[in-house]
Amino acid sequence: MRFTKDHEWVLVEGDTALVGISAYAADALGDVVFVELPEVGKTVNQGDSFAVVESVKAASDVYAPISGEVIAANDELSSSPEVINAAPEGTGWLAKIKLSDATQVEALMDRDAYEAFLSTL
Amino acid sequence: MADAPNTETLKYTRLYQRHVDLGARIVPFAGYAMPVQYDGVLGEHKWTRTECGLFDVSHMGQARLKGKDAIATLEALTPTDFKVLKAGRQKYSLLLNDNSGILDDLMVSRPEADGLFLVVNAGCKDQDFAYIGHNLRGDTSLEILSDRALLALQGPKAKEVMAKVIPAACEMYFMDCGTFIWQGHTVYISRSGYTGEDGFEISVHENQVAELWDALLSDPVVKPIGLGARDSLRLEAGMPLYGHEMDTGYSLAEANLGFAMSKSRLEAGDIPGFGRLKPELEGGLTRVRVALKGEAGPPAREGAKILNQAGEEIGYITSGGPSPSAGGLIALGYVPPAFSEVGTNLTWDVRGKAYPCTIVTLPFVKNGYHRKKSV
Repeated sequence: MRFTKDHEWVLVEGDTALVGISAYAADALGDVVFVELPEVGKTVNQGDSFAVVESVKAASDVYAPISGEVIAANDELSSSPEVINAAPEGTGWLAKIKLSDATQVEALMDRDAYEAFLSTL
Repeated sequence: MADAPNTETLKYTRLYQRHVDLGARIVPFAGYAMPVQYDGVLGEHKWTRTECGLFDVSHMGQARLKGKDAIATLEALTPTDFKVLKAGRQKYSLLLNDNSGILDDLMVSRPEADGLFLVVNAGCKDQDFAYIGHNLRGDTSLEILSDRALLALQGPKAKEVMAKVIPAACEMYFMDCGTFIWQGHTVYISRSGYTGEDGFEISVHENQVAELWDALLSDPVVKPIGLGARDSLRLEAGMPLYGHEMDTGYSLAEANLGFAMSKSRLEAGDIPGFGRLKPELEGGLTRVRVALKGEAGPPAREGAKILNQAGEEIGYITSGGPSPSAGGLIALGYVPPAFSEVGTNLTWDVRGKAYPCTIVTLPFVKNGYHRKKSV
């Protein structure tokens, strides 16, 4: 699993990747009450806002950690947004993206580097 | 995510270390480092509705107006008749400027025969007290009680908790207030709050607040509640929040706060800015505060547009979010009177998409006040 400084994660499986928000981000947001998922078929560029996660108090943009085509979205989050809090780095994934540039993944932080980054916040 | 705030200039309540030790997330609010949540906003919200929540609201402003012209002083700045406020009672009121714009909302109580006790919003307190101080009439003195802390104990079990700590306070009904002695110290208590539930607000000297906090929190039905749930609870109760539903641009007629205005003051026509207020009260409004409910989709938050059935922008949301207790989505906002009738179907716009919503009556969640039974 690789991480961005905006607290998204990427888990590569072949030429696709699952993406979501980190446990740190989920904890910082608090209770998630609504998730706006990206449309399947949409092409996203790294850094684009591609989903919105809302807590009781605020709406937060989620930025695409990599570029590619959205090939699946986690519809379970529409009816059970709290899964993001329960398992942010697992069943609380947001979307599956077909990678358009695999080298983008290598430039992201591994878990050790991300943990080190978190300790600076 | 935003960077951590610069905390160097923040003020702290006497309970700050208690909040940190309880695992609170601390945020800057009105210049104070305050707990926004402990375990989580949803859980804290629901706990307050079914059990009992304890809030540190020591950042709020407290003051006492004394002297034989104290009532005249306060009446000249508000739409409320305080001559009829009996000892042991409390009233909600509004501090108004010369144009009837709302400078703040406040609770005015009379725990003893002599003097009026004021509680104002943290973010407005310095300017409120300066404004009142500049407008003192005759024999009136303003004493700012900056050494007093304030706790709110709220929820259906608040009375059980209070019965073990300051039992005499349980004899009060909604909007009663009084002076009580706790462990040899004077505390001012009112039976009111900002959640829609039964409960108490307790003004205590800051040197004793930690001890009182601990005593209340030692009851297993009590949990500490942060400002996050305080906001969602007040929204469900339909209560306006200064800086959102009210500011100096709004009159009490627009903000639908006519209950803060006394009939005698309306008849006398001596409310600040009455020249602006009178035609508004007689039907000349262009916007009025309403309650809206939606069923599905993202919450409509402050700043979201309200649209009519034709898709035209007619108003805006001032507070909104999910309703943890009633379900669905709730909001307060402003629309022209023609769209304010209960049952009117409208939409609100979130990120460019229109979602259906309906004008409803307040409160969103039935209140649990401990009222005297009417005969």
